[in-house]
Amino acid sequence: MSSWAVRRNRKGQYEIRLPDAERALLRSLGPQMRDLLSSDDPVLDRLFPVAYPDDEDRETEYRLLVRDELRSSHEAALTALEESADAERLDEEQLLAWMRAINEVRLVVGTRLDVTEEGDERPTEPGDPRVSAFAVYDYLTWLQGTIVEALSP
Amino acid sequence: MSPSLSVSPVEVKEPEITEVVTPDTPWVVIVWNDPINLMSYVTFVLQKLFGYSRDKATKLMLDVHHKGKAVVSNGTREKAELDVFRLHEHGLWATMQHDE
Repeated sequence: MSSWAVRRNRKGQYEIRLPDAERALLRSLGPQMRDLLSSDDPVLDRLFPVAYPDDEDRETEYRLLVRDELRSSHEAALTALEESADAERLDEEQLLAWMRAINEVRLVVGTRLDVTEEGDERPTEPGDPRVSAFAVYDYLTWLQGTIVEALSP
Repeated sequence: MSPSLSVSPVEVKEPEITEVVTPDTPWVVIVWNDPINLMSYVTFVLQKLFGYSRDKATKLMLDVHHKGKAVVSNGTREKAELDVFRLHEHGLWATMQHDE
């Protein structure tokens, strides 16, 4: 049995082969992230980066202009993922939304876990709350890589 | 002054307030390294957003990875703002500044 999870077919659509438990996880991301996006949690700095680091006035103005639109864009990707989490076949636009939504979650979870480029030791103590966070992070990293590979020309 | 960021760059409105009458100095858009975004993802996003070849996008991604940052696009302030917005939509750490 082949082991692909995301594969482009001859019609230019993408076949998705994931177990139910993984689809359930993907479906649960939208509601969790939506609450976060409407909060003022500092982790959101990673999803709303500063555009003008050297110019406070322009940064303030830029933020006023685009913050809502950027939040809507982040939310739209999460909604698309939530709504198509059970699909066996996606069009390119849907898969691009999966890609963006999954990356948003990776940015939030990875920032909270303070991951580094060098590759971090995974916690092993059963009571450590980071165990499950790292498991989600690692799973989404794998899925993200698979999606990017399928989408790459 | 409201570049409407959901439309294509050619439709961006003229800003109501401009810096006196000096011509718009070129702006550069910089992507910074971060430990979370995958290298393959950064390459893909640069190809998709800017139409770069795989080789060019890979070179820029490697500059980000090894040197900590790379200039990925340039142009007027309005274009740079739009590019920054699209990069932020994709979770890349992008900033803009005057070309030096």
